[in-house]
Amino acid sequence: MSNILLKTEHITMQFGGVVAVDDLNIEIPEGKITALIGPNGAGKTTAFNVITGGYQATNGRVTFDGHVIGENYPRSKMKKIYNGTYKTLNERQVINTPDKITRLGMARTFQNIRLFKDLSVFENVLIARHCHIKAGMLRSTFKLNAAEELMMNQEADKLLHTVDLHMHRDEKASSLPYGKQRKLEIARALATGPKLLLLDEPAAGMNPKETEELALFIQEIKDSFSLTIFLIEHHMNLVMDISDKIYVLDYGKTIAQGTATEVQNDPAVIRAYLGVEEA
Amino acid sequence: MKIKRNTLLTTITFALLVVFLYWLSANRLQHGMLVSVLQKGVIFALVAVSMNLLNGFTGLFSLGQAGFMSIGAYTTAILIIPVKSLDGVYYMNGVHPGIRALKMMVAESPAFVQSVFPFIALLLGGLLAAGIAAIVGVAVLRLKSDYLAIATLGLSEIVRAIFSSPQFDRVTNGSYGLNKIPNFPEMAWGLIPSLLTPFIVVTLCIVFILLLINSSYGRAFKAIREDEIAAEAMGINLFKHKSMSFVVSSFFSAIAGGLLAMYMRSIEAKTFSITLTYDILLIVVIGGIGSVTGSILSAFLVTAAKEWWLRFFDQPLFIGDWQVPLFRTGFRMVIFSILLMVVVLVYRKGLMGSTEFSWDRLLGRFRRTRKSNGGAA
Repeated sequence: MSNILLKTEHITMQFGGVVAVDDLNIEIPEGKITALIGPNGAGKTTAFNVITGGYQATNGRVTFDGHVIGENYPRSKMKKIYNGTYKTLNERQVINTPDKITRLGMARTFQNIRLFKDLSVFENVLIARHCHIKAGMLRSTFKLNAAEELMMNQEADKLLHTVDLHMHRDEKASSLPYGKQRKLEIARALATGPKLLLLDEPAAGMNPKETEELALFIQEIKDSFSLTIFLIEHHMNLVMDISDKIYVLDYGKTIAQGTATEVQNDPAVIRAYLGVEEA
Repeated sequence: MKIKRNTLLTTITFALLVVFLYWLSANRLQHGMLVSVLQKGVIFALVAVSMNLLNGFTGLFSLGQAGFMSIGAYTTAILIIPVKSLDGVYYMNGVHPGIRALKMMVAESPAFVQSVFPFIALLLGGLLAAGIAAIVGVAVLRLKSDYLAIATLGLSEIVRAIFSSPQFDRVTNGSYGLNKIPNFPEMAWGLIPSLLTPFIVVTLCIVFILLLINSSYGRAFKAIREDEIAAEAMGINLFKHKSMSFVVSSFFSAIAGGLLAMYMRSIEAKTFSITLTYDILLIVVIGGIGSVTGSILSAFLVTAAKEWWLRFFDQPLFIGDWQVPLFRTGFRMVIFSILLMVVVLVYRKGLMGSTEFSWDRLLGRFRRTRKSNGGAA
């Protein structure tokens, strides 16, 4: 039995009166690939944003690698209009900004690619190494941390070799073809040195062949960087092929969880994806 | 080989510039206009570059430059006005005893301290502005784009109002402003004449900004400009880096403000109104947002065009006995505005876009022109 790297307890995210995610309980075991699936608008990306610190959950707690990285309970205005199923009794608040969570070892990619478009491929990866810089601004400006800079450069170069993007090193990120931009985004996330990698629809807009390659690529980096992976995906093939565990979300609620086969045969999942059979 | 050639060209250019400035310093009386345009240009180059650091490299649209310049200008001016001129400057309300005491102390200090004191004054102005930027930044940097611009604009006006308020009469001389400010000091015991001082100070400052932009922190700034959400997801602390950029930019704006005080010899709060910020913004936009060399180039071009080359249009012009209409004081600004519109229409992204000057490109363009000329002949 491996460790639980990430755990969410009773996560509810409510925007005004709309409950986007309701009572989400996820456990992500170390070294495994876990997937979150669900129809459009099910609240998958919202869940991701809560985990990575982009949103503060209305209720619940997120624990990562032994640290509580986010915790909240319905307060002030939310107290009256709270609509979630579960209410945490523990009235504690923990807020962490996304950058801090990244430095703890959680990196993510975005559904609609968010590269630093006008910068080179190399710079994109190099910037992600910046979060671990030890030298202050003045030391860095006067190049007194040459050894550290050299290290950062070498690591970025090495990473580009690993993901097979080194031939595009000095090209503008926006000039890469779509599939390679996706790859670069993953490389950039890897450069922050994560334990947990969150992939938000990594196969969006890819054809079946590219998706197959991506599945291999994800397995590969998982092994070579000893990562734990948590992904959101629409492509069922990809999810079923590589995931060890799957959570299914619909209208913000978890309707099923288990291995690929278990989930595939779950009547609730079929209903959510294909609609209710008319009697 | 190639890199060597470029360094050589740069070194030669700088050496020629220094020789030229020494020559100008020896013949400054005959070339008064050139000297004043170059000095004003170089001071504006520093403000433009510091504004570019904030607007072009960090993506923070701030319009508070004039405010920070005035902090630097006032601090420097108050500190360096000689003690014997104090009564003449503060003739209306008298001077604060603390300032007089400080000046007496400086006047009695050894010659070396006196010779570096103007630079200390510049530095203090910069540090004061940086400190204020750090404090104000806590509130202001939470805002985005246009809202940040409005807030910093307001900040700059508040600073101006404070400097001209009667409550500070004995320090800033209120609305009368400060005059009898000594000109640029000499450096290195007279080896470097006073004419060169602003050039040297500005060069050092711009080199610092360039090094910062090319450091890891500079890359983080660019990441914030490109995509804030992605930058934060990559572990970059947005607030820390934004306030770093804001503080550094304010520091150098204030240094430029101090130099401007030395250049103008007399300042008042009105000098640092919104129009000054717009003048600088204009320089930044014309030079290219995100290009340091563009800002420097455009600072000289804009200053020269505005103050010197277009003077012709301000003089009455006679063709035979007929006086050409429109040619009178102020017409130059009309022409200047038209020229600006033309430049902005032709160079959509400013003269340099977001690229930096490089010898390779200049020589490449030179060669191409020659080749095409050869082809035509």
